[in-house]
Amino acid sequence: MNKLPAGLFNISYREDRQIFHTKFIRFWMVILLILIITGPFFLNGYLLSLADLTGIAIIGALGLNILTGMAGQISLGHGAFIGVGAYASALLTSRLGISFWLALPMAGFVAAAVGLFFGIPSLRIKGLYLAIATLASQVIIIFTIVHWRSLTNGTSGILVPSPNIGSFEFDTDRSFYYIIFGVLVLATLYARNLFRTRVGRAFIAIRDNDIAAEILGVNLFRYKLLAFFISSFYAGIAGSLWAHYITIITPEHFTMVVSINYLAMIIIGGLGSVLGSIYGAIFITLLPEFLRVIAGSLNGIFPDIGNALGALREIIFGLTVILFLIYEPNGLYHRWQMIKAYWKLWPFNY
Amino acid sequence: MRNLHLNFGGVNALFDVSLNIQEGEIYAIIGPNGAGKTSLLNSISGLYHPQKGEIYFNGKNISRLSSYKRAQLGIARTFQNIELFKGMTTLDNLMLGAHTHIRSGALLGGIYFGPAEKEEIRQRKFIEDIIDFLEIEPIRHEVVGTLSYGFQKRVEIGRALALRPKVILMDEPMAGMNIEEKEDIARFIIDINEEWGMTVVLIEHDMGVVMDISNAVCVLDFGKKIGEGSPEEIRDNPRVIQAYLGEEAVI
Ligand SMILES: Nc1ncnc2c1ncn2[C@@H]1O[C@H](COP(=O)(O)OP(=O)(O)O)[C@@H](O)[C@H]1O
Ligand SMILES: [Mg+2]
Repeated sequence: MNKLPAGLFNISYREDRQIFHTKFIRFWMVILLILIITGPFFLNGYLLSLADLTGIAIIGALGLNILTGMAGQISLGHGAFIGVGAYASALLTSRLGISFWLALPMAGFVAAAVGLFFGIPSLRIKGLYLAIATLASQVIIIFTIVHWRSLTNGTSGILVPSPNIGSFEFDTDRSFYYIIFGVLVLATLYARNLFRTRVGRAFIAIRDNDIAAEILGVNLFRYKLLAFFISSFYAGIAGSLWAHYITIITPEHFTMVVSINYLAMIIIGGLGSVLGSIYGAIFITLLPEFLRVIAGSLNGIFPDIGNALGALREIIFGLTVILFLIYEPNGLYHRWQMIKAYWKLWPFNY
Repeated sequence: MRNLHLNFGGVNALFDVSLNIQEGEIYAIIGPNGAGKTSLLNSISGLYHPQKGEIYFNGKNISRLSSYKRAQLGIARTFQNIELFKGMTTLDNLMLGAHTHIRSGALLGGIYFGPAEKEEIRQRKFIEDIIDFLEIEPIRHEVVGTLSYGFQKRVEIGRALALRPKVILMDEPMAGMNIEEKEDIARFIIDINEEWGMTVVLIEHDMGVVMDISNAVCVLDFGKKIGEGSPEEIRDNPRVIQAYLGEEAVI
């Protein structure tokens, strides 16, 4: 629940609809924006590369959260849709010589079209059955990429050129950072706006009660497909960014595991919440790195334990996710809301 | 509505039911549990598809239309077991009710500033009228899943009103309420009919309320229509007394 601090009243509907209600929050948003813009000057190469990967993951997670968190259509094929975007962008730039700046939105549309197609079963089936159907889309897409060698070069992968403006190449973590965060800001604003207008409401209505939504004039057919379209568009954009950042892509970058990681992000962050997608993507992207650092530092003290921990990383990762599901099922976003609510009333919180 | 037949694997939920609901009236449907009242509303709003029979709305045959299209034509409803969007606020539930009156799609909505914002604010003014009317101002920003039963019933009525329908179908809007709450709802129904000019089709068990507020009554029993007419006619109809009112009279 979004309660305003005492003493603050919205006197127009316009104000009541604002995203950032208080001066305090607006102040912090400006600080955040300044930090994002100047970040690359403070961060070293390693941290910058983490920031880039996280930024791409957030875009992908926003997309999945629109489909699964908002519209309630579970998808186990998000990784493959990201792959479609990556390959589309790679082929458009390397084979057809199209500029990255054009290929980026085109990759979004190609992935969106593929997502739309694989979203068709959602009109008939729900829940677990839909999950299995989207799992099929994951398998089919990766199978196609691996075996259509003349186009995709199979498992050997394709080299992807870096974006450029004139003679300036975006080929470092620092320069690419600005592309990613530029797109990320747009992607976040779009998702946030979608949430507070007609289409987003229709998505959430379908998730909460599809029959009631239809009785009120929501065309389920259209909106479910639209959710798949928008979600895969985000996936395609994330895929394109990933391809031009990494500069070589192979089918292994877009496996089942990637799809599951994205699901983990939105579940841990908070289903149906824009901020939740951000928290979740940060958490899941940084957790393995965090575990790696811990394993590394322990290695100095107890060489054997360090090694064992390194090997156990995957298991610890899985365990963390499971513990989260058990103890924080509403996601980090919800926890954050609780903490905020607590401080708002403090010290009168009896 | 003509000669509706609806059955579920041998159970005749509706058998050869024909009704004629006039524009502008409060039309009550009564009958014992399992008589087929809810099935009748479900057929009108397109959730069930009768095996035989036709439904006309303003002279147009709507029997084959899907339910979202019937909503666009102006048929709204509330459910016996509340069917709200539990994760959304009261306001968003009502705004969703206005879905068919908003144009902005995924593109304008995502950009937000400009046409989409104007439209949202225009709808919001209308929604606030409904909120005032139903006296649900304090719960405007509450998530409906957390509200009391009485409030949820009201939000559901509000959501149906937000559609600005020509006819509103209400499935037991007063079920499980005390006399005071029933009086509130009865007052809302009369206002919806008189002030807002909507035709009301109402399923209700409380004969007192039905006699007070409705212009016409139809009685269903085991999927068959056993009587139709003004409340007085129904009260005096021997078949109805025997099948339905009789039970209470004996007690
Ligand atoms: N979806 C359904 N599937 C099977 N039987 C149903 C279904 N809906 C209603 N029925 C049956 O149709 C009959 C009428 O039910 P209903 O319309 O809910 O009655 P009422 O609202 O008058 O209490 C009942 O016998 C019920 O069991
Ligand atoms: Mg019923």
